Amino acid sequence: MANQLVKELDLKSWNIIIIDENDKHYYQPGFLFLPFGQYKEEDVVRPIKEFLPDEVTFIQEKVKTITSDKNAVTLSGGKELLYDILIIATGSRIDPQEVEGMKGIEWRKSVYDFYSFDGAVALRDKLIDWEGGKLVVHITEMPIKCPVAPLEFSFLADTFFKKKNMRDKVEITYVTPLSGAFTKPRATKKLEYLLKEKHIHIVSDFAVEKIDNENRTILDYSGKVVPFDLLVTVPTNKGSQVIEDSGIGDDLSFVPTDKGTLQSKVAKNIFVIGDATNVPTSKAGSVAHFEADILLENVLSFIRHEELSASFDGHANCFIETGGNKALLIDFNYEHEPVEGTFPIAGIGPLRLLKESRINHFGKLAFRWVYWNLLLKARPIPFVSSKMSTAGKNF
Amino acid sequence: MEKLIIGRSIDVNEEGFMNQFSQWTREIGEALALENNISLSPRHWEVIDYIQKEYKNDSPLSIRKIGKSGVVDIKEFYELFPDAPLKTATKIAGIPKPVSCI
Ligand SMILES: Cc1cc2nc3c(=O)[nH]c(=O)nc-3n(C[C@H](O)[C@H](O)[C@H](O)COP(=O)(O)OP(=O)(O)OC[C@H]3O[C@@H](n4cnc5c(N)ncnc54)[C@H](O)[C@@H]3O)c2cc1C
Repeated sequence: MANQLVKELDLKSWNIIIIDENDKHYYQPGFLFLPFGQYKEEDVVRPIKEFLPDEVTFIQEKVKTITSDKNAVTLSGGKELLYDILIIATGSRIDPQEVEGMKGIEWRKSVYDFYSFDGAVALRDKLIDWEGGKLVVHITEMPIKCPVAPLEFSFLADTFFKKKNMRDKVEITYVTPLSGAFTKPRATKKLEYLLKEKHIHIVSDFAVEKIDNENRTILDYSGKVVPFDLLVTVPTNKGSQVIEDSGIGDDLSFVPTDKGTLQSKVAKNIFVIGDATNVPTSKAGSVAHFEADILLENVLSFIRHEELSASFDGHANCFIETGGNKALLIDFNYEHEPVEGTFPIAGIGPLRLLKESRINHFGKLAFRWVYWNLLLKARPIPFVSSKMSTAGKNF
Repeated sequence: MEKLIIGRSIDVNEEGFMNQFSQWTREIGEALALENNISLSPRHWEVIDYIQKEYKNDSPLSIRKIGKSGVVDIKEFYELFPDAPLKTATKIAGIPKPVSCI
């Protein structure tokens, strides 16, 4: 947003300030590859400043509260900043404390996550000399960012243990609160045959109640019990603490947001982008990128006291690693679920939607370059627009 | 598709969720419950009333939310509607399957 706004706003009358508690930016999609040693720490982290235009002021400090009726944010050091327009982009984070026993004595001994940088690194260290047993990959509750990541983790684990010649020593079980492998019916069908092919068991409709550290089992409210030797869980995803502390979030601290205009329902001069919103599409970097185009237009309209006419369609575009150097690609929005076809150029591709291919895998690896060089700098992705295109798709 | 229940025809999707809430009546709710081996007690009705109220307010439903609603806790929700409570309860309540999952 900052990279787009500096080009559009008259900087004699506008002052753009970015506040982030961190001076590093993480490439979170890389957290998937860290545990398997495919990426190293330095591949997924860069200084935030590298991506900021010179014209903006950067403050490295935590925002403690947002007070919408005073148009003010308060920083952790006590300083108060007033704003004309606030864009909330505080993302989402994991909260393992939400489930009884998750952050218990087995945390980072046999219970791990890969949705945080520290978690992914710790899991990598564990996998180096893990001797095998029951590996359980688990989603606590929806929504989570990048909802396909746990599935990808299971597929990559299958390849990882095959390469280490120990696949026969590892039993992989995928445990999900959903009724199938994915959230969208047509993609679920595709993904379930991959689970079968890779001998990954699936336990669905599992609403976790607690983790029994002593017996190494996870239990659900209906009495289902799944034993593990190594549990890789995706804990509850929530919005930032500041959203909760400011009383402006829903029950998971996501900010109620108009799904079309991206204006918050908290106040007219507060807009929301990325994982921080509650809009009904996937929480993904690609979504945040597409939202930025819409948000830019609407913020500019707001400044001109015009109607907010740009409308986000929920466009999401995600590569799904399926192991063995192959990947699937899905492209969808609020209305259309992922289907088969060619992408981004109708009839040509070169990428194939909802079909495994090697070129999709290279697309996924190239996404890191796209992320650092195009997404963060607000440059367009070639051939891919913020509105989903229906061309080349087999509905 | 059309489905015949207690002598009336209702419009349902392939998973058996009603497509039109306006066709729902308490008698249809009771019949849908029986199909899921549940006989509705006053506690069940309190939950169904709550779910329908939230649906009418366009407020998205999740197990977490119902657990924090003050109407039932998650444990009891599972006892009332075993296995997949949110799915079963919304089906009986005549509203679409919740999309708490994207
Ligand atoms: C394992 C994994 C795999 C993924 N794979 C993919 C993928 O393949 N494709 C894809 O598109 N997406 C993927 N994602 C999702 C993607 O990383 C996120 O959707 C994206 O980063 C969201 O961007 P954001 O700007 O909304 O939030 P973030 O990138 O999380 O940024 C939020 C920022 O807000 C700051 N912040 C929060 N609270 C405060 C506060 N109170 N004060 C100051 N600063 C604060 C944080 O420090 C952070 O810098 C993946 C995520 C994970 C975890």
